[in-house]
Amino acid sequence: MQASTLAALQAARTARKPIVLATRLGDAAETLVYPDKAEGAQAGDATLVAAARRALGTGKSETIDVGADKVFLNVYVPPPRLVIVGAVHIAQTLAPMATMLEFDVTVVDPRGAWATAARFPGVKVIKEWADEAFQEMGLDVSTAVVTLTHDPKLDDPALESALKSDAFYIGALGSRKTHAKRKERLAAVGITDEMFARVHGPVGLNIGAKSPAEIAVSILGQIVEVRARRLESLAAPKVAA
Amino acid sequence: MSDALEVLNQVGKWKEAGKGVAVATVITTWGSSPRPVGSQLGVDDSGAMVGSVSGGCIEGAVVKEALDAIKDGKPRLLDFGVTDEQAWDVGLACGGKVQVFVEKVG
Repeated sequence: MQASTLAALQAARTARKPIVLATRLGDAAETLVYPDKAEGAQAGDATLVAAARRALGTGKSETIDVGADKVFLNVYVPPPRLVIVGAVHIAQTLAPMATMLEFDVTVVDPRGAWATAARFPGVKVIKEWADEAFQEMGLDVSTAVVTLTHDPKLDDPALESALKSDAFYIGALGSRKTHAKRKERLAAVGITDEMFARVHGPVGLNIGAKSPAEIAVSILGQIVEVRARRLESLAAPKVAA
Repeated sequence: MSDALEVLNQVGKWKEAGKGVAVATVITTWGSSPRPVGSQLGVDDSGAMVGSVSGGCIEGAVVKEALDAIKDGKPRLLDFGVTDEQAWDVGLACGGKVQVFVEKVG
C-alpha cells in the first residue's frame, strides 16, 4: 500500500465519504474509486470502476476478475452515527459504550448545564435544540437517534424531525404510558400512526435494565440488531420476479 | 468497519515514526471464519500488531510473512485452512479457510 493511498483512506474517513481501494493481487497496483471519480493504476478500466461503484452500494468487499487479473475491492464506508438527544446521566454511559462499538457519537441538548464537554470527554457535544442541530448535520441512513430527556418540549421536536429523516433507528426513552401520550402529541403535528411505528419505545431490548449502564446496553443491543438486520437484507440476493 | 480506521491510523503513526510497516487483509473466506472479508492487521518491523485477520489462530504466521514483506517489498497471497495443500503448519480451529493478502506500506 502506498503512503498516498493510506492518506487518502484516512481523509475519506474523516470526511465521512465512502471509498473503495482496488488492489491488483499480482503486483499490488492500487486504484482508488470514489462515487464521482477514480484515481490510480486502473482508473481508466471501466469494468473495475463499475464493479467498485457497485461495491460502494452494497458495502461488501470482494475479489473480482478483471481480464486475467484478480483484483481485491476493499470497501471503506463511513461508520454509523449515533445522535443522543439529552445530555443526561444515561447519555454519559451510552456515549462511551457506543464509541466502543465504533459509532460516531454526538450528544445534543440545548441546556447549558447538561451539554458540557466535561460531562462527555471525547464526544461531540452540540448545545442546540435537536431539530436545529439535525438540520445542520443531516440525518442519513447510517444514523441512529435516541431521545433521553423525558421532556416533551425537548424530545418531541427531535422525534418529529428524526421521523422525517432517513435515520435507520429512532428510539425514545419512556414508559408505555409516556410513549402513548407522545404518540398523541405527535399526531397533532401530523405524524401518522404509520410514521410513529418507526419509533422504538419503550426504547431498548427487554433485558430488565435498571441502571444507566444497563439501559445503555439494552439500547445499544437493539441498535446493533436493527442495523445488522438492515445490512443483511441489503446484502441478500434479490428474489427473481 | 471503523476498526479499519484504527489499523490505518496506527499504520500511519508507525510510518511517521520511520518504521517499516506491512498490512495484511482478509480477501476471501470459505465456511466459518472468524473475521470478515476486508478485515486488516497492521504489523511494524518489530512485530507489533494492530487489528486482526482471525481470532488469533493465524496471526503468528501472518506476522512472520509481514516481516518478510517489509524486508523484500514483495506482496504475498497466503492461504490458511485445514485442507490447505500448501501444508501450512497453522490451521483454523473452526475449520474455515481464509486467504490473506500481505503487502508493505510505503
